Amino acid sequence: MLVCLCNCTDDVSLLMVLLDTNPFFWSTSKSTSLSFSNFLSHVLAFLNSVLLLNQFNQVVVIATGFNTCDYVYDSSSSPTNQRAETLLRKFEEFVVKDEQLSKEDTVDGIGNSLLSGSLSMALCCILKSNSNDIQRVFRSGSLHPQPRILCLHGSPDGPGQYVAVMNAIFSAQRSMVPIDSCVLGVQHSAFLQQASYITGGVYLKPQQLDGLFQYLSTVFGTDLHSRRFLQLPKPVGVDFRASCFCHKNTIDMGYICSVCLSIFCKHHKKCSTCGSVFGQAQTNAPSTSNQKRKTPDT
Amino acid sequence: MASGKVIKRAKYKSSVKDPGVPGILEMMDDRFIFTPNNPKLSSSLSVQFKLIKGHKFTKEGSHKHALLNLTQDQGGSYIFEFENFSDRDVCREFVGRATTMAGEAGKTSSEPSAVTPQDEQLISTQEMERRIKLLQEDGELQKLHKQFVIGGILTEAEFWATRKKLLDRNTSSVIKQRAGFKSAMLADVKPAADGRIFAEKPAVHQAFLKFVPRKMTEKDFWNKYCRAEYLHSTKNPVAAAAEAAEDEELAVFLKNDDVWASEARRKIRRVDPTLDMEADEGDDYIHLPDHGLSRDDSKDAIDSPYEEYRRSLSQVLNRHGAVVLEGRSIDVELGDTRSVAEALARSKQVELANEASDGNANQERLDRISQLAEIEDLQPPRDPPLAPLFIKDPRDYFDSQQANALKTLGDTLVETRQMKCNLSTSEAYGSLRECISEIKIAGLSDPIVKPEIAFKVFNGLTQNISSTKYHLGKNPQESVLDRLPNITKDELLHHWTSIQELLKHFWSSYPITTSYLYVKVGRLKDAMSQIYPKLQEIKESVQSDFRHQVSLLVQPMLQALDAAFAHYDADLQKRSAKGGDRTNGYDRMRSIKLHYAIIGLKFKFRRITISERALPSCLVQFIKLHSVFYFEILC
Repeated sequence: MLVCLCNCTDDVSLLMVLLDTNPFFWSTSKSTSLSFSNFLSHVLAFLNSVLLLNQFNQVVVIATGFNTCDYVYDSSSSPTNQRAETLLRKFEEFVVKDEQLSKEDTVDGIGNSLLSGSLSMALCCILKSNSNDIQRVFRSGSLHPQPRILCLHGSPDGPGQYVAVMNAIFSAQRSMVPIDSCVLGVQHSAFLQQASYITGGVYLKPQQLDGLFQYLSTVFGTDLHSRRFLQLPKPVGVDFRASCFCHKNTIDMGYICSVCLSIFCKHHKKCSTCGSVFGQAQTNAPSTSNQKRKTPDT
Repeated sequence: MASGKVIKRAKYKSSVKDPGVPGILEMMDDRFIFTPNNPKLSSSLSVQFKLIKGHKFTKEGSHKHALLNLTQDQGGSYIFEFENFSDRDVCREFVGRATTMAGEAGKTSSEPSAVTPQDEQLISTQEMERRIKLLQEDGELQKLHKQFVIGGILTEAEFWATRKKLLDRNTSSVIKQRAGFKSAMLADVKPAADGRIFAEKPAVHQAFLKFVPRKMTEKDFWNKYCRAEYLHSTKNPVAAAAEAAEDEELAVFLKNDDVWASEARRKIRRVDPTLDMEADEGDDYIHLPDHGLSRDDSKDAIDSPYEEYRRSLSQVLNRHGAVVLEGRSIDVELGDTRSVAEALARSKQVELANEASDGNANQERLDRISQLAEIEDLQPPRDPPLAPLFIKDPRDYFDSQQANALKTLGDTLVETRQMKCNLSTSEAYGSLRECISEIKIAGLSDPIVKPEIAFKVFNGLTQNISSTKYHLGKNPQESVLDRLPNITKDELLHHWTSIQELLKHFWSSYPITTSYLYVKVGRLKDAMSQIYPKLQEIKESVQSDFRHQVSLLVQPMLQALDAAFAHYDADLQKRSAKGGDRTNGYDRMRSIKLHYAIIGLKFKFRRITISERALPSCLVQFIKLHSVFYFEILC
């Protein structure tokens, strides 16, 4: 049982790291700038430094696979020596499992990894550790480590996961867990951009991928308490304007399905997303402009 | 109208302690005139009753003088001292009549005057008070009021016309209530003919209908009633029984009320069958005999023969409460006992008929019992009819947002080309495994990051951070306004509210149908044009750090004002075109284009040079309108 004796624990972090292990992404990335082995060495060094920053820091690594995701490493339950070895062994097991679950021989494009799944797992882990920690707080009088999620993601967004990912983002927002994101792929990620924006985390797309460790330790290494005093990269802002489902045009004013919140630029008889049948829009409501104008009276 | 006029001797005083100027007070229908005996001492008075708000007077009999104080609408008052109280009273009555009449006349005359909004004399004092109260409560409103109403841009009426809701909120008009019975108990009620006795004692009601006037006079009837009440008040059932045996009619009053009892039984039948009285037993007083009222135990010993002559206080209380709650069911001119009794009887019959009409009430009651006493285990689960949400393709949601989200990050469509992975699944996984084993064997590279690359990263990050440092306003946690100096912030907010106020009035005046609106729009336009230089001043006054943000904030204000001006000009042009000043189509087109060009350039160039020939008449007008800016016109 770990009992914290010092009271100044505002800089203790619980860091959930989500590693993208989409094999198709990494096989294309190999030729460009960052191979998976290089990536792992950067990340391992980063995890070590986080654990060295504070002896009560906790790191949990979740692998975001193509077919599944799983916990790969938890610093609180692993022996302090041979961290890298444990992590890599579990990683190999995970890759094997992920491969076994795959059904198709080839994939169109580079596919998407299961971001929604790993985000949900991270949140579960945080909430579970929080509930454990509440007991610990009462016993030792110290605060529980402040949780945050770091997404190291390379695969493009999976549109099919939209609802699940957004749900995860909003529950993270509710439980005050910031989601930091570091995008390794060629494209920006709309998911992670929104996730970081909504939860107040940092979104970063490094230009120099061979200096990944430097980015990680400079931007994502700091705990939440210290962040208040630091000037971290700020988001440029997210354009929340929606585009209609029917023509993908950006619109300022439109129709919304009251059942599933789909957006349309003109009135439809039936919602194309959820199949709800709409009533007649009230276009010919009596307008006040027809009424005779009156000058203001006393 | 009031009867002619009244002329009395009186002294006019400016205050109560003032000795006063003796003279003649003459009161007429619409005004009163005071003429001093000595015209040199003070000038004569002539005041309309319209302006008199109320009057006060001293009480007769005290050692005071006979004073009449007429208070004026705008404050101030006229005090008159009369020689005696009777003179004063005559005048007082006259003033009372005259002021009410003047008030009514004012009301009727205010209806047509509503068309001319400038007429503000007729706002009721109540309304005025409400406005003052609102202004006192809301500092911002007060500022606006001061700026526009006192500044003469808007009239009082215009200002408040847009805030009717604010005013209405305070006037929760009292709905006139129909008076019910007083809650006073019958014990001390005289046999008054307001139907209360009949309502509370149906037996008396029945007896009245039966006996009066055939068997006895009304007087005898009430005598007997009072006798019975007396016997009740003695609380001696034995004596009551004895008297009842002798007098048949008296017995009617003394015995328990049959009608009442049957009515109670009927009511009990309507009570929810599942009501559990026992469950309430723990409540205060209910478990006590006679509801906690003190009572004499000795009387309990009396046996049943006299039971019907006893009346418990709680019964009377209950009955009384029920009648008061029911309220008056008849609207008969009170006075004649007979007619009241008959009217009550009619209304009772209607009630009974109504109840009888739903004859299947008993059946309903049985249904209710079976409904309420349902056995939950045997019921099917009652779920509300639900259609499960069925989303065919959640990808649409993503697509509808992704495009915009990525645009802001500077991703071009070219970059989003799909990379083709030319490996099969097994090959891909194989290479991934290879990578892992590679690092297992080789271990972490040393150094992890080359110094040059680390330096590059630092540089990049620093640049990125310093460039996004002033990207404010996009982050919901910080507001640009909070970073500005307080004075600038307040000023900006104030300008924004005043622009809103002006624009609200401006746009609500269109289409211009009356000359009044035309004048109003002109006033508003002048006021709006005065805001431009003020905004410019703010921009110039702030430090260079904030100037960009301030100009960003000012931008929408300017746009809103520009739109109003553009509309004003277009409207003006339309009017002038209609009004005979016909320029040909080409000229008009060109001038409109110029208009917009000038509006666009307004802030870039403060001096515009245009030759005379290129100036159609409406453009000259336009330049005159925007006289705030300096235009130099070369001939």
